[in-house]
Amino acid sequence: MTPEQTILAAVATPLLGALAIVATGRISENLREGVTFLTASILIFWVWSLLPDLLSGARPGLVLTEVLPGIEIAFSVEPLGMLFAALASGLWLVNSLYSVGYMRANGEHHQTRYYTFFAISLMATMGIAFAGNLFTLFLFYEILTLSTYPLVSHKGDADTVRSARVYLGLLLATSIGLFLPAIIWTYAAAGTGDFTPGGVLEGAVGGVWVLLLLGLYVFGIGKAAVMPVHRWLPAAMVAPTPVSALLHAVAVVKAGVFSVVKIVVYIFGVDFLFELPGSVWLTWAAATTIILASVMALRQTNLKRLLAYSTVSQLSYVVMATAVLKPLAEIGAAIHMAAHALGKITLFFAAGALYTAAKITEVRDLAGMGQRMPWTMAAFTIGALSMIGVPPTGGFVSKWYILAGAFQAESYAAIATVILSTVLNAAYFLPLVWMAWFAESQPRYEGVREAPLPMVIALTFTGLATLAFFFFNAPVIELERQLLGDAS
Amino acid sequence: MSVLAHLPALVVIAPLLTSPLVLLLKPRGLAWLAALVASLASFAIAIALTTSVLEGTTPGYEMGGWPAPYGIGLTIDALSAIVLLVVTGASSFALLAGRASIDSQIAPARQPYFYAAWLLAVAGFLGIAVSADAFNIFVFMEISSLACYVLIAGGPDRRALPAVFKYLIIGTVAATFYLIGVGLIYMMTGTLALADMESRIEAVADQSPILVAAGFITIGLALKAAVFPLHVWLPNAYTHAPHIVTVFLAACATKVAIYVLLRFDFFVFQQNLIGHELQFSFFLLPLAVLAVLIASGAALAESNLKRLLAYSSIAQIGYILLGASLVSVEGLTAGIVHLFNHALAKGALFLAVAGLALGASGLDLEDLRGIARKRPWTMAAFVAASLSLIGMPGTAGFISKWYLITAAIEQGPLGMVLVTVIVVSSLMALAYIWRVVEPAYFQSSETSSSAGEPAASTRGGAISWLAAVTWIAVAANFYFGLQPALPLSLAANAAGLLLGHMP
Repeated sequence: MTPEQTILAAVATPLLGALAIVATGRISENLREGVTFLTASILIFWVWSLLPDLLSGARPGLVLTEVLPGIEIAFSVEPLGMLFAALASGLWLVNSLYSVGYMRANGEHHQTRYYTFFAISLMATMGIAFAGNLFTLFLFYEILTLSTYPLVSHKGDADTVRSARVYLGLLLATSIGLFLPAIIWTYAAAGTGDFTPGGVLEGAVGGVWVLLLLGLYVFGIGKAAVMPVHRWLPAAMVAPTPVSALLHAVAVVKAGVFSVVKIVVYIFGVDFLFELPGSVWLTWAAATTIILASVMALRQTNLKRLLAYSTVSQLSYVVMATAVLKPLAEIGAAIHMAAHALGKITLFFAAGALYTAAKITEVRDLAGMGQRMPWTMAAFTIGALSMIGVPPTGGFVSKWYILAGAFQAESYAAIATVILSTVLNAAYFLPLVWMAWFAESQPRYEGVREAPLPMVIALTFTGLATLAFFFFNAPVIELERQLLGDAS
Repeated sequence: MSVLAHLPALVVIAPLLTSPLVLLLKPRGLAWLAALVASLASFAIAIALTTSVLEGTTPGYEMGGWPAPYGIGLTIDALSAIVLLVVTGASSFALLAGRASIDSQIAPARQPYFYAAWLLAVAGFLGIAVSADAFNIFVFMEISSLACYVLIAGGPDRRALPAVFKYLIIGTVAATFYLIGVGLIYMMTGTLALADMESRIEAVADQSPILVAAGFITIGLALKAAVFPLHVWLPNAYTHAPHIVTVFLAACATKVAIYVLLRFDFFVFQQNLIGHELQFSFFLLPLAVLAVLIASGAALAESNLKRLLAYSSIAQIGYILLGASLVSVEGLTAGIVHLFNHALAKGALFLAVAGLALGASGLDLEDLRGIARKRPWTMAAFVAASLSLIGMPGTAGFISKWYLITAAIEQGPLGMVLVTVIVVSSLMALAYIWRVVEPAYFQSSETSSSAGEPAASTRGGAISWLAAVTWIAVAANFYFGLQPALPLSLAANAAGLLLGHMP
């Protein structure tokens, strides 16, 4: 297959998988889960088979159809999208394994619907990762919002519906209200929305309008959760934990920051923005989000909500690194997407395992769980250390690059933010880790054992991957250096 | 002359002549079948005419071989072609889908009359679209209006009677205004053919009768088109009409009036009356903005599904006029393409409503709790069609929104305000659609499960059929969202034609 066909196959595979899941759901649960695993494996094969081409410098792309004159549904693969797609597809397989354990152990209803929409979300994620222009990106961005709604509202009771309304309302409102006008404006001004190395807006839009446009993009992409459009993320925590793990730690939120990075690099152009003194506001907006979200995380008593605020804060690391507008920081932004994905999915997996094994949802109930669920809590610890950025975890690598970029740009605000937020991260994660291993266990959790095996395998795997990313990150950095080559 | 040359007349004649025949067909299935066949024949002719318009010809026809101005001339250009498509398409889809719904709402003995009136309405709308003669337009307008009154009042809902009376009064005022205007122009120019009016009116353009005529005609047509604040007849008429009638009317009734409004203002007045385009813009632009905002707001407060969608229609008419009032190629293209796309979206939505009505005890939002469990496919179609109404990418509604925003951006600072209006109203659309979706999916009905079940005479197969046709309409929304070449080229062509008459 040519790389172009592979791209199409990667986008189509989850969709076909969704159809097969619907078809097999009535026959047998095991068959249906088999279809999910098979689809995820095929997807991994397609996506990862693009990697050699990318590393050798090729940028395969194709135009699927022209909707309006000059506005096409087009796909192209570049280092950032490649990383995102590889991450999402790889973790989908792990997450499916985890889902099977979680959904069955908790006796969840409507499982066929669940797996179907999960597959559709992955289709949308692939579309976003490989989007060749703004229109295609927007198309799949909206599909992702809509297809994750049934997952978030899965439980279907009044509280869930209310939270899911916040989720859908905020994401759609920002995308229709700000993102879409920004896209149309870009097409009208630059005549194209193709992702082009070096950007397309230089000379087309000038002065303060650039800053306004940048604002429309950053806040219009609600999935990036830059304050004040972050509220959907804690609200989305009503979803089953595997959804929070893959979608609200990897696919959806990363789709947000991915879009921001991609638009800054390929639509605005790093150099163009760097010349514009006003663009520093984005650094400040992201820095504020990082600090405020960390402070809010400190005050959470519910484990998943704590992780949600931690996600908000970590996402803005990516945005801030992008806003530093220096090559090393852009690499840092890309790597942080990967490092945070591995660490955060591990944390959510652990949270879901705690819920499944002992119905634990509150932070205080973690006490002493280290003895009862050693695998889970070990993975949790690794994830937490990665969030703080302690070696030897993946989080350290990305922080290193972000800091290096910040020094390059002499952005002391960014440096100070990284340091302060590291302290805050430690302040809300370390007590949890300490409690889990060293505090007295509560008697009512007597006899609690590890969650079902598939879940333990999944979280152990991602925990190890978080560690491995510290040692074996060379291919990723190699790949993302090309982002640089593209951009400059 | 081959039969092809007669197509511009046949598109009207097919439903017009079938109408009295239908009266004779007492077995009700036959009446439905005859109406459907006539409607589909018109649809086929409309497609054939559209094809020849796209090839660059302008099919024309002289009734009885008498040339204008002595006889009645018919012309089909891109603008009329799009209206022909919308009217015949809406009628065909509604009839095709609606057998079950019509059976449940119209007594069998009265069905032949119902179908006869339906065909008359179709013929009237089509006649308006093909006529090149101002008086002829009036005649067809009256035919369609009278037939519509009958259709709306034909259902079991007694509240339709006051609604239709209101519509009758306002519709008659509107038609009279139009006639007064045409009469004044005839007095000054001695012609009723639009083409002749256009060339002769210039000599008398500064005379007050012409200015008065322009006012009367614009207001009269605005009444017919339910331009805010002249829309008061519309919500009740749509709400209490039989469900399938609402599908048809919502898709095309007001669109036809907008068509005449555009045709008259751009062909006859625009290039002749000094500053008319400014007056046109200043008249329509604020009204369009108000329509978009206030009607969307009203939809947010509505508790009945059909009224909610009716108010949404008023807002969408605002979109069409907003595009037209920019008096630019982009704006007109956006308006005209939205005329097509909105018919698609609203038609599909009301088809879904007709399906839901067969499973619910009523159409108040409270009655729709848990309806998604009873009618999963129909409700899913409703959601999918709503995406087009809101303007999600990949749907037809997105195309019009894209063009409208692009056209607005070109207007400079004023354009930014318009973009805000469009965006805000899209969000309002999202909110009022959500008011329907959430109870349907997440609340369970409190009434017992047997309540609201369709009458025993309604077969399950007929309901599935209705849902299937609804899905075809929904699929059309997605198709024209991804392959919008046909409506776009027609709309761009029409916009060029309209502006071609500008000085």
